[in-house]
Amino acid sequence: MGSWDTFVQQVFNGLVLGSLYALIALGYTMVYGIVNLINFAHGDVLMVGALTALSAVALAHGLAPGIPGWGLMLIGMLAAVPVCVLISLLMERVAYRPLRNAPRLAPLITAIGVSILLQTLAMIIWGRNHRTFPQLLSSDPIAIGPATVTVTKLLVVALSAIIMVALLLLVQRTRLGRAMRATAENPRVAALMGVNPNAVIAATFAIGAALAAVAGVMYASLYSVAHFYMGFIPGLKAFTAAVLGGIGNIPGAMLGGILLGLIEALGAGYIDQFSDGLFGSNYQDVFAFIVLCAVLILRPSGLLGERVADRA
Amino acid sequence: MKSSMKSAAMSFAAAVALLGCGHKEETAAPAASGGTQVAGQGDNVIRIGHVAPLSGGDAHLGKDNENGARLAADEINAAGGVRLGEKIYRVEILGEDDKADPKEGTLAAQKLVDEGVVAVVGHLNSGSSIPASKIYSDAGVAQISPSTTAAKYTDQGFKTTFRVVANDIQQGTAMANFAINDFKAKSVAIIDDRTAYGQGLVDVVERVVKDHGVSIVAREYTNNKASDFNAILTKIRARQPDVIVYGGMDDTAGPMAKQIHQLGIKAPLLAGDGTCSPEFVKLAGDGADILTCSRAGEAVEKLPKGAQFMAKYKAKFGSDVQIYAPYAYDAVYVVVDAIRRAGSLDRGAITAAVANTDYDGLTGHISFDAKGDIKNGAISMYHVQDGTLNYLSTTR
Amino acid sequence: MASFGGTDPHRRAALAATALIAVVLLVLPLAAGWLGPAWVRTLAFAALYVMLALGLNIVVGFAGLLDLGYIAFYAVGAYTFALLASPHLTDNFPSIARTFPDGLHVPIWAAIPLGAAIAAAFGVLLGAPVLKLRGDYLAIVTLGFGEIIRIFLNNLNAPINLTNGPQGITLIDPVRIGPLRFDHGASVFGLALSSLQLYYYLFTALALLCILVCVRLQDSRLGRAWMAIREDEIAAKAMGINVRNVKLLAFGLGATFGGVSGSMFAAFQGFVSPESFSLMESVIVLSMIVLGGLGHIPGVILGAVMLSVFPELLRHTVGPMQTQLFGRILIDTEVLRMLLYGVALVLIMLYRPKGLWPAPQHGVAPRGVAQPPPMPPAAAA
Repeated sequence: MGSWDTFVQQVFNGLVLGSLYALIALGYTMVYGIVNLINFAHGDVLMVGALTALSAVALAHGLAPGIPGWGLMLIGMLAAVPVCVLISLLMERVAYRPLRNAPRLAPLITAIGVSILLQTLAMIIWGRNHRTFPQLLSSDPIAIGPATVTVTKLLVVALSAIIMVALLLLVQRTRLGRAMRATAENPRVAALMGVNPNAVIAATFAIGAALAAVAGVMYASLYSVAHFYMGFIPGLKAFTAAVLGGIGNIPGAMLGGILLGLIEALGAGYIDQFSDGLFGSNYQDVFAFIVLCAVLILRPSGLLGERVADRA
Repeated sequence: MKSSMKSAAMSFAAAVALLGCGHKEETAAPAASGGTQVAGQGDNVIRIGHVAPLSGGDAHLGKDNENGARLAADEINAAGGVRLGEKIYRVEILGEDDKADPKEGTLAAQKLVDEGVVAVVGHLNSGSSIPASKIYSDAGVAQISPSTTAAKYTDQGFKTTFRVVANDIQQGTAMANFAINDFKAKSVAIIDDRTAYGQGLVDVVERVVKDHGVSIVAREYTNNKASDFNAILTKIRARQPDVIVYGGMDDTAGPMAKQIHQLGIKAPLLAGDGTCSPEFVKLAGDGADILTCSRAGEAVEKLPKGAQFMAKYKAKFGSDVQIYAPYAYDAVYVVVDAIRRAGSLDRGAITAAVANTDYDGLTGHISFDAKGDIKNGAISMYHVQDGTLNYLSTTR
Repeated sequence: MASFGGTDPHRRAALAATALIAVVLLVLPLAAGWLGPAWVRTLAFAALYVMLALGLNIVVGFAGLLDLGYIAFYAVGAYTFALLASPHLTDNFPSIARTFPDGLHVPIWAAIPLGAAIAAAFGVLLGAPVLKLRGDYLAIVTLGFGEIIRIFLNNLNAPINLTNGPQGITLIDPVRIGPLRFDHGASVFGLALSSLQLYYYLFTALALLCILVCVRLQDSRLGRAWMAIREDEIAAKAMGINVRNVKLLAFGLGATFGGVSGSMFAAFQGFVSPESFSLMESVIVLSMIVLGGLGHIPGVILGAVMLSVFPELLRHTVGPMQTQLFGRILIDTEVLRMLLYGVALVLIMLYRPKGLWPAPQHGVAPRGVAQPPPMPPAAAA
């Protein structure tokens, strides 16, 4: 296997990872763009989606064992999305809306509190142990050019791309999208123009949650495992991706996600060659944070962001 | 300002009041720390501690161990308890959760010591047992581990560390020999999860295969919470090893096996006792058949009382034995045997009696050498086929 | 004309309160020891958390610099002490073993200042690149720094074994003051004190020292400079405050507190591993100061004590209570504790976003103080 083949494979690995990060990052960036809130609980929405899908799939399989794998996957997603949207709306209404004008730290702490709450509820409902997510689609290797892929990985990349295009269309072409952009720009003037900011904010949370739900199901399928703590690291990394692309900027989140996935995969794959064996692939997680710090220090607005970070 | 001071004062008062309510639940003996005497053993109860991860990725293994210990305790109590002189004692297992984390392990150990246990069965993970062993040694509490295989555990010079399973020097050697003789490997790739167990195990394997002229084409590291190994495995695929050796637990080995399969890597996976469980098969999906693993003990299901134990376990707990429940079971019996021989509940006396154990248990004959390792420990090899673990061989 | 501050009844009340608190603090571990050693341990940890909370309060409360990676300084302090007072370095580096044939046992009067100094250095190192960041961005970068430090601690065991990776550093020396070894009990003034109680007194003394330093800092020029940049950085700069140095001092001094409590933690536990220094810990310390009352020293202390003691309280009461009420444990105490913690965070932020015991607001007279009578209108000229 030549080094070119390995490179292509690592790039593909990064693409898969990056697609997931992008889906999750979109939720962070949209919410931040509209209400200036880092929704720390977003990663846990992903977790709820994955676990809900797990239960739904187990239930469906128990009731009708003949359903094919892709059917079960669909059922899982159809179950996960509404649950996540509901939870997200509830979060927004109960915990975040009252604090829109509170001192800076309050919504941050509340978000952390909500995150802990979601994790504990998941612990109570689904237990503390790691649950195996059933293998729904074949995991046999398929060779595409020099890279070896599987059906699930292809699905992740394809589905993420479709969803991102759909989201861009929504934001650019529809009334809701215009309302979202207007509210992000200036909520008061938007309200004067007839936009209901509360409704728009709720819709933003809902869309972000739906994306996280899909990402959660895909994540669980890829790694065959779901548990109450699974949302933390992907959430943190996706957040890094959103910042990398320019927080508040939707194409930025997509770019940031893919880029971060590539950086992680290529970094882990080649770090020992570059550092002469000093650092190995076990430093994989640190790339995300180094990128985060570097971007924020050198270019706080991110790659595509134009908003200047000049707020106290 | 004054009203918030008042409310602060009131909450403090409430807290103190609750503290008072808490008192009657506190069964801890206010013993001076470091003593070998056990105070407060009233109500004729013998307290044996048990520590294992009950949450997190290894929870299924921890629960397995605890079930084995409780099964033993229930059997002993049902058979009439332990008679010491005039009194009859019943055995109680105090189970603690260490989350497979070294820090939590030390906290759990301290808690058990404070609660007056006479001995401890545990911990499960080497990374947790090793730091905790200092605490048990300081308190003179015998610690019998049913699953800690890291060599360092008994190498610290403590009189209180024992294990009823073989250690990683034996295990790593057996694994290496299997790679050389059975797989006829000329090149291996080695991955470990950087824990005391994983790292210690593959270090032995690496040493032995190198001595036999096998080349190490890749040496990679991950951690025990990772789930994405694609980068590492892609690198390894390029080097085309004959065998991939992994030091870690089943919750990481399972996804790793699946990803090995997904990347089209044909090499078999050789791993240690932490991966040799039914849970691995579930997690690995289509990739489960590539695993050959070792267990640090006899093949219990092949032993005379083994099948009976498996059936009893399943009837009581509704699930299959994972790996080490039989060893936890035997460990409890070893403690009780030591208590009977020592004739007292003094921690020091019990520890000395454990050192002189000569007991025929479910898992075979149990006696300890000077360091606390089991004498004549065995290593059994297994292979996954058609979704189950098939026994291959045993080396002693 | 001032009717508050400095008059006799107030001074007497303040002295009485101080005396009462001193007595309670002295007696507390003895009372708690009667309940069980776990409670004394909880109190000792509460004192450590008070120090941490005070340190973070300097950065977040006084200077208004949002720091989500504060636990990194705790880690630095802990690992510094661990390296200086354990067999780890001598076991892994033959050159060090030759220089110190009896092993490395740096005494605490040298190790604590060293730990504090190194933590302060890290603080300045962290602060330097982020001087121009504000608000959320600063929070994120500090979070990133904290995680980077934790990951390095978890992985620096190859090719040179500096931190022993996830296995942690064991066999750390306990605190030794003269002939007194803190891991064995001792007899002081005729009282038999357990090791835990000794540590409690040491940590409480250190915490009191920290409180003193903080109170002094608060009322000093530096403290006022911090508050100025917290309120309005541009105006502060216009007033001639060297914003860069003041910010660096905030990070550095805040980190020092973390370093001191970290070294004490290492000596107390005898064992350090990267797991103790996760993001969750940073969040916990941050919640302590936010829940207690940001920027207000008594509030911060309250928050720290409450959030250290309450979970332990829960653990010891709720389990048996559930068994009594329901016959079995419905919800595991560990889970319930986390649940209540999350609920508490949300509720307190919803209803008291400034904390339970916030700083008194400027320009608002406390209730109950007589207002001066309105001025009669000036006689027409």
